[in-house]
Order: sequence, then structure tokens, then C-alpha cells
Amino acid sequence: MRPLPALGPTRRLTLPRTAERTLSNGLTVIAIRRPSVPLVELRLRIPMPSARLSPAHVARASLLSQTLLSGTSTMSTVDIAAELQRVGGALSVGADPDRLLVSGNALASGLPRILEILREVLTDATYPAPEVNTERDRLIDRIQVARSQPAHLARAALLRRIYGSHPYAVQTPGLAQVRSVTPRALRALHDERLHPAGSTLVIVGDVAPARALDAAEEALSAWDGGGKEVRQPATPPLVPGPLTLVDRPGSVQSSIRIALPAVPRTHEDHAALQLANLVFGGYFSSRWVENIREDKGYTYGPHSLIEHSTAGSVLLVSADVATEVTAPALVETLYELGRIATVPPGSDELEQARQYALGTLQLGMSTQSGLAGLASTYAGFGLRLDYLADHAARLARATREEVAEAAARYLAPARAVAVVLGDADRVESSVAAVLPSERGESPVDDE
Amino acid sequence: MPPKPKTPKPKTPRAPKIPSTRYPIERFTLDNGLRVVLAPDRSAPVIGVAVVYDVGIRSEPEGRTGFAHLFEHLMFQGSENLEKLAHFRHVQGSGGTFNGSTHLDYTDYYETLPANALERALFLEADRMRGPRLTEENLRNQVDVVKEEIRVNVLNRPYGGFPWLKLPPVMFDTFPNAHDGYGSFGDLESATVDDARAFFERYYAAGNAVLAVSGDFDVAEATGLVERHFGDVPARPAPQRPDFAEPDLTAERRHAYEDRLAPLPAVAAAWRVPDPIVDFTAYLPYVVLAEVLTDGDASRLMQRLVLRDRIATSVGGYIGFMGEPFEVRDPTALVLQAHLPPGGDVDKVLRTVDEECERIANDGLEPGELARTQARMAAHLLRDTDAVLGRALRMAVLEQQRGDAGLINDLPRLIGEVTEAEVVGAAASLRPSRRAAVEVVPGGAR
Repeated sequence: MRPLPALGPTRRLTLPRTAERTLSNGLTVIAIRRPSVPLVELRLRIPMPSARLSPAHVARASLLSQTLLSGTSTMSTVDIAAELQRVGGALSVGADPDRLLVSGNALASGLPRILEILREVLTDATYPAPEVNTERDRLIDRIQVARSQPAHLARAALLRRIYGSHPYAVQTPGLAQVRSVTPRALRALHDERLHPAGSTLVIVGDVAPARALDAAEEALSAWDGGGKEVRQPATPPLVPGPLTLVDRPGSVQSSIRIALPAVPRTHEDHAALQLANLVFGGYFSSRWVENIREDKGYTYGPHSLIEHSTAGSVLLVSADVATEVTAPALVETLYELGRIATVPPGSDELEQARQYALGTLQLGMSTQSGLAGLASTYAGFGLRLDYLADHAARLARATREEVAEAAARYLAPARAVAVVLGDADRVESSVAAVLPSERGESPVDDE
Repeated sequence: MPPKPKTPKPKTPRAPKIPSTRYPIERFTLDNGLRVVLAPDRSAPVIGVAVVYDVGIRSEPEGRTGFAHLFEHLMFQGSENLEKLAHFRHVQGSGGTFNGSTHLDYTDYYETLPANALERALFLEADRMRGPRLTEENLRNQVDVVKEEIRVNVLNRPYGGFPWLKLPPVMFDTFPNAHDGYGSFGDLESATVDDARAFFERYYAAGNAVLAVSGDFDVAEATGLVERHFGDVPARPAPQRPDFAEPDLTAERRHAYEDRLAPLPAVAAAWRVPDPIVDFTAYLPYVVLAEVLTDGDASRLMQRLVLRDRIATSVGGYIGFMGEPFEVRDPTALVLQAHLPPGGDVDKVLRTVDEECERIANDGLEPGELARTQARMAAHLLRDTDAVLGRALRMAVLEQQRGDAGLINDLPRLIGEVTEAEVVGAAASLRPSRRAAVEVVPGGAR
């Protein structure tokens, strides 16, 4: 036998050179130097929460994200795209229940120009009716395609089940709500919510941080302050109950989705919970994946992860399994949750998970886009990149007892909320033999 | 949509100079025939390790559709010194991530890890190059896993396999080019351990592989480690690669199929392009043309099909059925695809694509149109190689298919040297008579 080579000495996590400035209009700008390729990455995060569950707000925010780049008083959609391309750039816009995110990149020499165009759309987007009509139709088409995808339907059903009347319960708008969004409503939402105070611009790349801050200040100081701040209520606690079975007739797989409680990144249990989740099912070399994929062959890509939103965190367990093994896959999943919640992990499997968590922190920071995504996401939670170093230290020192306690507290199957989307007539009786179950409505019959 | 009034655009300097990378690249060949590419970059403490074997979907035998991909799964099931599950645990327990993927012309295996795991990664790759543990139990387990992969990616979702599995059988006549690379359940279930042994013996020779490592290491030290771990992998000659050539189409081919889950119509069309390896200069204009037609809201087909005529709801365009212009050999194609609104007219979309290609052929490009497309393509290429793993993978395939890993540094410049006349010539060749098209008839609009 040839021995497995030992690892070399661990290299310390070093943070890249960073500078930060808050502009007079309240915009926070964070610039990070990573000159690996002659590009820059941009992420502008604008908070856009909703105070209450409002499908109309979801529809407006979704369509606004599709039309923010559809024209200003001096540029058309095509002009904006062409001007960005000239500097090797592009921008895209996405919305979720917490924020609007404008993402882009360009050749490093194009930073001033991409910032100017960003200013143009932020201060002068016109939401022209013909373009809004086109994008409204396209959004409806896209929602219809999403609704034909089991992953989307299963997520929608789970969100409705776990969030009830919280704004997070509906994250994709209904068709009727989208149809009723007018250009005027988009302009009103823009005026009310797209403001620099509370927003964060992250710039990462082959540019000196001080110069990037100056470029951002020059381009974006004209962006108007003001607007109103909206506070989102905290998410409700999970309420365990019967498994929700959603029918998708003819489905050749069942989509199993299980929600469990979790804590925010800054909570003292977070590092231990992350490690417990890894040992359970959070990476390939976990008990659950080795069991239901590499031993039983029930599924291809099972995964378990902690999803952090500004109003709360949740742990999501997901697997798509062949219809005929739906109940057995559920049994193995509950077994592995029960085992991690009641028996302390072995020290070998804990060390393996710890190395994985620490190593992937390094990998995540090694590209411009990775750094930009991390810095922007953390900023949305009031954190900075130095959180990485603190978190690494907490991961390094979490004890087996702490991981076992976190597993008992958060991964216990008694606390789970489960949804299965699949061919209900074929799986209902066997699923009901595993857990009390009830049929749920399809999550999209909102018309 | 009425055209918007033309207003003076802000004064901008001329199109920026297209930058490039200058990764230092070391290449050598071991006595057993393994080609090695090392590209050090000390800017972050991470490495990417890629091993690419010169065998893919086109090489799998008749009656064994999906076998190249199934075999890729078997390469993770233990090897000479490693039990089942050990590979995954050793990579992830070193703080890294791994995967493998099967393409038309190659199969790759890769890890990205903190730099202190370099020797371990080389050990793991060398161990399975000596031989995977091929057992009946592992084979049956992975046939089940692959069937779930096909269900989740093809059978249980709308537009599954569109167009990458649906277009080749329309365009091509011979088994290697035309068959379903994911495989039929029947073929997968009838695969045997003996098939796997023969496949490994024939195609997984050191002389048929390239190892590329990029990231934070010292070249001399890494060279020593490569020799230590791969040097005694037995030498086997690389098999002769068959000629997969097929003649160009002389008459349009059309096929339509119903997708019971799809809510909207869709269409994809493909035209053969020059040999990417043998005739790179003639090939590159097609790579640029695909972007002129479809990259961003200022591209020709976005403007015309989506924003102006509103006969498509999205468009896309790329070279190669798996969308990898610099990782594919002949025969391949420029592929355009569009999703249509409910009740959309596929023929009208295809006619309009023809019109737009003719317009380029007759009127040329607009001022600045080529330069801005090339600038954006350069940014895409640079972004792809920013990750050490993306860099290792691209260099490994460039070395394998072209003997030129260093091309990675030249691609942005070469894209920038494509001329308007060349793009116009490429557009002129996208005639309907050379086209293969496949249409999705939605069965899911309930």
C-alpha cells in the first residue's frame, strides 16, 4: 500500500487590501484589491424588503429588476448594453425578498465608465412603456417555465408552508400581479426605494482601492439620498406538523424538501451548527450523501445547507429521488437526522468537516467574483470581510461537545417541516407510513 | 417598439485595448507518455488540479450509449490504494472540492484545494490512473445514480436535454456524433464490469492523458512531486483517435418533438463550422459571430427577435453542443436557440434569423459593433481563467487537443484580431440549406 501523503503546513488566511468610504449621500463603498486578472467586479446591494406579505410588491420588484436597464432619458436599452460592452462590461439586476442586487464586471480600464452608466440608470431610469410591456411579457413567460420545474414548485410549496404570512412566503410573483404592474408603479417604487442610504457598493479587482473609492464617489455622489426605510419582521419559528404532499402527476421523481431551524452567521452556535450540518449532509463526504447516494443509489445530487436571509436563517435539506424509493429515502433521511441529533459525531468525521469548512473559505476568496459576492452578501448583514477570519477561528475551535449540542438543538427530526412534491397517487400510502401526511395545494394556483 | 430618439452619447474614448494574461507555463512529458502542464500563480494560497483523458461521448461503443459518462462515475469508486468513498473524503478532508465531467471529446477529473494539499491531490489522481476498483456492486450502484442524474436533468424537467441531446441526431448520421451521450436506461443497465475494464485499458492510458496544475506552488517542487507520483504509472500507448468527420448538410433538416412538461415552444438551429483544431483561423470568426448575434441586449438577435419583433422571449448562441468553443473538435456547429412566447411561430423565428444573417452578410457590421463584442469576449475569457481550476482545465484541454496550453494567454488577443470581413463571411455561410433545426412542441401548457 502506498501511504496517503500528509498535508503541508496550513497557510494562514490573509485578507486582501480593502478600503471603505461612506459617501455624503449615505452610500457605503467597499473596494478590494485582487489584481489576478485585469477586470473589475461590481455588486450594488440596495435593500428592498417588504413590511408585510405583499404579492404585489414581489411583482413590482421583480419587474423593476427586469426593466432598470431598459432606458434613461438619454439612452435606450440597446445603448446601455452597447456602452457597457465597449468597456468589456455588462450589468444584470436581480431581486429577492431582501434586496435588489445590481451585478456586473468589465475590463479594469472601464471602471469609470461602468460607474457612470450605473449612475445614469439609478438617477434617470425612465421605465418606458414599450420596454416595460416587453419585459412584463417575458417575465410572465419565465414564471411559466419556472412553474414547470419541480425544483421551483417544491421550493415554493416549502416557503409557503414555513413562512405563512411572512413576506418570505411568496418569492415568485403570480401572473395576474405581474400583468397589473404599470410603468408608473415601477417609477414610484424606484423613487421610494432605490436610495444610497443603507445601500452598499462593492468593487473588487485590478484597481487600487483608493482609486476605486474616488471613482465611485465621483460617479455616484449625485445619486439622491432620502427615501423611506422599511423594516422587515423577523421570520416566524418553524412549526412542525404533518408532511405536506404536493401532487405532480406523472412525476418520475419525488422532490423531498425539509426545513430545520438555523441561526444567523453572528450567533454563537453558528460555527458548531455549520459543522454539524456538514457531518450530517452538507457536503459529499457526509453521512447522508454516502448513505442515500453512494450506498443506496436513490438520488444524484442531495444537499443540505443553511440559507441566511436578513430576517432569519433556515436549514434546508433537499433531494430528488426516484418515485419508487420516495418513502425509503425519507426513512434514511430521518434516520441520519436522528442519529446526528442524538449521538455525538466521531472525532475523525468532525475533523474532516472542519478542514472542509476552513479550506472552502480560502477557495471562496480566491477569485474576484468570489470576493465580490462574499463582501456584498456580508455587507447586507452588517458584516465585513474580517468576518471570514473570525469565523475561521470559531470553526477551528468548535469542540465535539458543542457540535453535538448544536446538532441536538437544530437538526432533530422532531423539529423538521417536510414537503414532498411528486406523483401523490403513487407515493402517498408509503409516505404516510413514515410520517403523518396531508395533501397540500399546488403552490401556484393563484390566478 | 418605436426606436428611441437618438441622443448625443457621452464622449467616450476609443474602445479599450484588449488586455491579456501572462501566466508562466511549464510543459513536459513523463517517460510513460503523460503530458504535464504547470502554471504557477502565487497570488492566492490555492491550487487547481485537472487530469483530462482523450476519450468522450463520441468514442463510446454502439449498444453502450452513456458509457463514457458511466465510466467517469466509476473512476470515483476507489482505486489501487483507496477504498470506495476514500477519494471524496481525502479531497474534502483537505479542504477541497472535486468533480468530473464527460464531454464529446474528453473526460475531465479535477480538484481545487488549499495549496498545502498539492501532493495529496497528485497522489489521488495518480492512484486512479493506475486503475480504478471496478466491481459489480459499485457498477450497479452508479448505474442507479446515473439514472437519477438523467431523471433530474432530462426526464423530470421541461426542456431536458434541449438542445444538446436533441440536435445532434438531427444534424449527424453516424453513431459517434448522433447518439444520446447520457445513454438509454437499457444500455446503462446492460453495462458490465468487463466493459469497464476494456474501456479503461484502451482509453485511460497515461499516454492518452494530460495533467495540469495551476496556482500556488514552486515549479521545481511540483515537478518532483509529479514525477514521484505519476512516474511509475505503467505506460500504455494512446489509442488512435478515429476520424469522426461527416459531410456538411446540403439540404435543411428539421425535426419536432413534444415535451410534455414544457410550457412554451422553443427552437434550436445549428450550422457546421470549420475544424476548430486544423483550421483555427477560419474557425474563430464563427466564435465571434455567435456573440455578435446573441451576447446581451445590444446583440443582433436580442434586438430583433426579443426587443423589436417580440417573437422570442430569450435567445442564446454558442459553438459546440456543450457550449465550449475551445474544448471541442470537428465536427461541430454554431448553435442558436430561442424560447418563444405561448403560441409563437418557430418558422418565423428561423426566417428572421436568416434575415439577420443576410443583413450582416450584405451590409456588414455597425461602427464599433465588432470592437465592443470583442472587448466583452475578452472579459469573459479572463473571468473564466481567474479561478485556478478553470485555468487548469482549459490548459489541460488545450494541451491535449492542440499541444498548446499557452494558447490560454493568447485567446483574448486572437479574438481581438478577427476582422469584420471574416465575421461577415461567417454570417454569409449560415444559409438555411446548411441548417439542422429541432423544435420543442409544448405539451405542458395546461
